[in-house]
Amino acid sequence: MSTPSVLYDAPGPRARRRAAVGGAIATLAVVILIGVAVKRLADQGQFAGQLWDPILNPSDDSFLLVWKLIGKGVLATLTAAVLAIAFSMLIGGVVGVARMMLGRRSRIPIVGLIELLRGLPVVITIYFASRVLPELGVDLTGMPGGSGLWFLVIGLTAYNCVIIAEIIRAGVASLPGGQREAALAIGLTPGATMRLVLLPQAVRVMLPALISQLVVILKDTSLAAVLGLYTELLRQGNLIALNLHNPIQILSVVGVIFILINYSLSRLATWVDQRSVRKIQSKPTEAVPAEAG
Amino acid sequence: MDAITQNLDLFWSGFLRSLTICLWGAVGSLILGTIIATCRVAPVAPLRTFGTGWVTVIRNCPLTVVLFMFAFGLPEIGINADYYTFGLAALIIYTSAFVCEGLRAGINSVSAGQAEAARAIGLTFTQSLTQIVLPQAFRTSIPPVGSVIIAMIKNSAVVGAFGVGRDLFSVGESLTSAQGYAALPVLTGVAFGYLMMTLPAGLGLGALERRVAIAR
Repeated sequence: MSTPSVLYDAPGPRARRRAAVGGAIATLAVVILIGVAVKRLADQGQFAGQLWDPILNPSDDSFLLVWKLIGKGVLATLTAAVLAIAFSMLIGGVVGVARMMLGRRSRIPIVGLIELLRGLPVVITIYFASRVLPELGVDLTGMPGGSGLWFLVIGLTAYNCVIIAEIIRAGVASLPGGQREAALAIGLTPGATMRLVLLPQAVRVMLPALISQLVVILKDTSLAAVLGLYTELLRQGNLIALNLHNPIQILSVVGVIFILINYSLSRLATWVDQRSVRKIQSKPTEAVPAEAG
Repeated sequence: MDAITQNLDLFWSGFLRSLTICLWGAVGSLILGTIIATCRVAPVAPLRTFGTGWVTVIRNCPLTVVLFMFAFGLPEIGINADYYTFGLAALIIYTSAFVCEGLRAGINSVSAGQAEAARAIGLTFTQSLTQIVLPQAFRTSIPPVGSVIIAMIKNSAVVGAFGVGRDLFSVGESLTSAQGYAALPVLTGVAFGYLMMTLPAGLGLGALERRVAIAR
């Protein structure tokens, strides 16, 4: 075993034998489970050529069209995600800094707004945007990408900007208090302290959390499919499946695409996290013991 | 405001329905998440692989894809149920991966010295697990698992939007779409209903955290 666990000791010969037996039984159980699922799928004809060919067989008539549509869906998902991320960072940055720099009393409205939006489901903020904005006379049909895209982006931004504001606040709060005091002591204004001293350091600390939030935003773009707002990857997949009558196959492809993108993002977050930890630990002057775990 | 006052009973029954979904979802995902977490830290390699695979796949997949897979995929292989069952099952399976990670974070936060000390004073495996490791792990797990449950309350709206029917989201949808009420007051009412679940849950969680906090 690679990493020692807190739960059990390094195994001796008897424990190793037991683990081997347990391993065999567990493998058998997992194999049986997968076998039952595969048999079920096979019995219902889910491995039939006409269901998989449009995805896997380049000589199939629909092959090119299917992958072109999926590609369009991926592009649409990424467009919505990138726009939502950009706006969330921008607004979240302003909200987060405002919350930190305002006085105890004048920040009450901002704290209230953050708590309010944090407690709402994203699907509600998106639905809210798509129903209430037209009612208030906001017309987005002329925008590039169509109104659905922008309702999705607005709804996602409303929720995620306050999350990012809180991430930024946590990042600044994690810095040693001496940083702010030293910056103020050499005569920087509070604004310059924030901009030149605190935020640049905080960004490093909060980078992993920010990347993890990107995964959340990317996943949440698919809510547009439930609301029927915007043809992103999942809705595109659904439309293909309606035509080809192969929902299991198409949804598997959609799921794998999401998993690949998000898994790479999560790995990036872990990598950035470990990299920044190593940097701090390698400083010879660092007297603080490294945090466990 | 007429839209809310005239349909107060609808909102109330929608709120109760959403609350029911959340309660079953919490119970189910805590149980399933604990099972998966047990697999992930088990001394048996295939179980660990299974747990890791489960978490990696489900955590990186949007809830909506899991939902669609259940509702459109399962009937293809002859498994039929109503949207309520499918929706609840998808919610539980999706949330279980996050519950598992919260629990595992708690177990990993117990320093190895604790278990080593327990073994050194002669406690058996079961004793060290139930008296030393798990009580500490459980306390550390409360904040992450609590936020997972709060996120699940919010995700129950996705299940509602998908068409479970008669829950808070569906009430808002039918009032604005079918009955032609103005969206702003109705959806404000819906939002208020969700806040009535998430805000108290957050406050309760904070209080619980302070109660069981331990100095390390």
